[in-house]
Amino acid sequence: MRALHHFNGGVHPPEHKCESTLRPIQQPPLPEKLVIPLHQHIGNSAKPLVEAGDTVLKGQMIGKAEGYVSGAIHAPTSGKILSVGHESVPHPSGLKDLCIVLEPDGLESWIDLQPLDPLNMDPSTLRNRLRDAGVVGLGGAVFPSFIKLNPGTGKRIKTLVLNGAECEPYITCDDMLMRERAREIIEGAAVMRHMLHAEEVVIGIEDNKPQAISAMREAAGQSMEVVAVPTIYPGGGAKQLIRVLTGIEVPAGERSTDLGVQCFNVATAASVHRAIRYGEPVLSRIVTVTGNVRNPGNFEALIGTPMDHLIDQTGPLEGSTGAIMGGPMMGFDLPSTAVPVVKATNCIIVKSDALFPKKPQPMPCIRCARCAESCPADLQPQELYWFAKAGNFGKAQEYALFDCIECGCCSYVCPSHIPLVQFYRYAKSEIWAQEREKKAADLARIRHDLRLERIEREKREKAERLAQKSAQAKTAENSQPEQK
Amino acid sequence: MNSPYLAQSSSVAQIMVKVLLALVPAIAAYVWFFGPAVLVTIALASATALALEAVMLKLRKKPVKPYLLDGSALLTAWLLALSIPPMGPWWMIVTGTAFAIVIAKHLYGGLGSNPFNPAMVGYAVLIISFPVQMTQWLAPLSIAQSHLDFMSQIGYMFFHALPQGAQLDAFTSATPLDTLKTQLHLDRPMAAIMSMPVYGAIGGTGGQWVAAAYLAGGLYLLQQKIISWHVPAAFIATIFIASGAFHLIDPAHHASPWFELATGATMICAFFILTDPVTGPTTPRGKLIFASGAGFLTFVIRTYGGYPDGVAFAVLLMNICVPLIDAYTQPSVFGKKK
Repeated sequence: MRALHHFNGGVHPPEHKCESTLRPIQQPPLPEKLVIPLHQHIGNSAKPLVEAGDTVLKGQMIGKAEGYVSGAIHAPTSGKILSVGHESVPHPSGLKDLCIVLEPDGLESWIDLQPLDPLNMDPSTLRNRLRDAGVVGLGGAVFPSFIKLNPGTGKRIKTLVLNGAECEPYITCDDMLMRERAREIIEGAAVMRHMLHAEEVVIGIEDNKPQAISAMREAAGQSMEVVAVPTIYPGGGAKQLIRVLTGIEVPAGERSTDLGVQCFNVATAASVHRAIRYGEPVLSRIVTVTGNVRNPGNFEALIGTPMDHLIDQTGPLEGSTGAIMGGPMMGFDLPSTAVPVVKATNCIIVKSDALFPKKPQPMPCIRCARCAESCPADLQPQELYWFAKAGNFGKAQEYALFDCIECGCCSYVCPSHIPLVQFYRYAKSEIWAQEREKKAADLARIRHDLRLERIEREKREKAERLAQKSAQAKTAENSQPEQK
Repeated sequence: MNSPYLAQSSSVAQIMVKVLLALVPAIAAYVWFFGPAVLVTIALASATALALEAVMLKLRKKPVKPYLLDGSALLTAWLLALSIPPMGPWWMIVTGTAFAIVIAKHLYGGLGSNPFNPAMVGYAVLIISFPVQMTQWLAPLSIAQSHLDFMSQIGYMFFHALPQGAQLDAFTSATPLDTLKTQLHLDRPMAAIMSMPVYGAIGGTGGQWVAAAYLAGGLYLLQQKIISWHVPAAFIATIFIASGAFHLIDPAHHASPWFELATGATMICAFFILTDPVTGPTTPRGKLIFASGAGFLTFVIRTYGGYPDGVAFAVLLMNICVPLIDAYTQPSVFGKKK
């Protein structure tokens, strides 16, 4: 048995997970159209490869990864491209972004799939495959996986951690995936272990998912260790899970690989498996649809499926007040439910006033420090709040503002109902803005200095040229009589 | 709305109500051993506090209802009322409460912003301004030479009038700590002092049970997680160790450490006054330093100072240190353990 470690803080909000685990993963009917954003990952937007009017096959690359940190985008089904333009996407800002709109033809005609035999292949070939297959972290961070599978020369990865903790209330997509497709996850983990040359694979699952744990144990056999970790939010944060399983604390701003650990979500492992063994790019993901609906459940949704389409499958109830993407602790309000499912969409929660009552008017902070007790990053949220509120951003940074993972535990426990996380987000964005301004000012100053230097140089050169000319003229004058 | 969308069902008012509730056993013990006069003091202080809180909120253009109902003014009133002689004159109670609410609390920014414990500011003002009235404590009913009925007590509080033939000395007495100080000054042996009727088995007659009730209320607050163990444990341990050491060295001039814990304001301070989150440090290590400092100062003032009890000044002096303590006791951040 592995000795488990502990992180400070954390909270136990009501789980609301059993509502959406009553049924197996469902296949929703094909929607009338798919809206596929080109920016579904951390890094650069993919570059569109198709135009309106093109016909595409299922799995065909329609957006090419641009630059190193990027991911490819594929047609989730066969059909016709209706347009390439700006559409509403699931982002808290409500801004539009470049999307490809696809009308499915219902034929599901695939591209030619090219399976690989990974364990006899060079990791760099496999990484290229993952990049072209658009494999990104499906836990919500959507960071391109091929980069995380390149530990760099001289780095030794001891432990590959697979994250099946799924600590946030309401979300059950990983739970259902582990129950039903444990094999795929384990196969994917084996590929990742090969790519990282990791000594061991440890899979952490919160102990409120006994069915997932037993399914995963059965699939893993003796090759990998499936560990039941205590249920506590945010125990599924990568840093928290790494701490619990290995005792290692990864400081903010440092990479876990430098400490010999790498961590992936279980769903990412499954998509690695499919991309390598079958050549299938990421075309769909499991999405939990829950909240104020009649039949909450999990759906294998094609990327680009309008969320309305999934919500309709569950029978929305009266009194809905919009929807959240993600969980109730870290998710965000959707600008509308017409936006498409993207690779980061793990959960859609239909809101109602009964499920998420309006918070009372905030009261002043009474320094009770419950926030500090609940903080998994060991910060002093009450101090950060004061500094953020006072615009004292230097002090906020001194108190490690940027170590805040915005998990929301502090706001959750605050008896004064202060929206603490928003204060931290505000302070962070102000600091970024100041840094950008400073950079711009520095750049302007450098440009100005260079310009002055250039003017000076030009002057000098002009003077030199003049001097030279006059000197030449003089020598010419002097030598003229002799020539005569 | 923004994440997190969930919130624990707790509120400032809920916390304050629980603290008020935790004071009830001590008030009951007080009434049992010293008579019901303290209830009048509490009522008068509460009415004054609420009225002035409402006025100050209005003047500061704050919403009156949510702040008035948060219970913080009521708690200040109760703590002050329990710290002063139960049959003090009405104007003294009103003055102390007014100072606590208007000056110590609202002029410093109201709930959450006051650097000094309002009840202790009120107490300090009273003991400096009205030292005579502040030492006229009611004698425990069991040892008082005569009783004053409830109506006469009220009469004394509001009109300074005693019934015909009644003597103030007959039903008031110095506190056990005060008596100890005076008697030691007269070079009486410790054993003889401790056998005086004002002393009970551990602390003062009656008073020791009130202290026990504060302890019980404090344990309830610990169980409810309203307070953490750091402050009461450090405060009690420091007083115990300091007085214990002196008692061991010189038992003729220093009472037993148990006596120091069971008398005066030790228990109410440990669980109800020092634990005020607004005026105390927020870090666990800071809480230990803060409460130990207060314990040590309490012991020093009791033993060498001019006042029989030193709790109020100890608390206020440590309140001054809170920003410094907080700044130097920041715990290390995740992944950056020293």
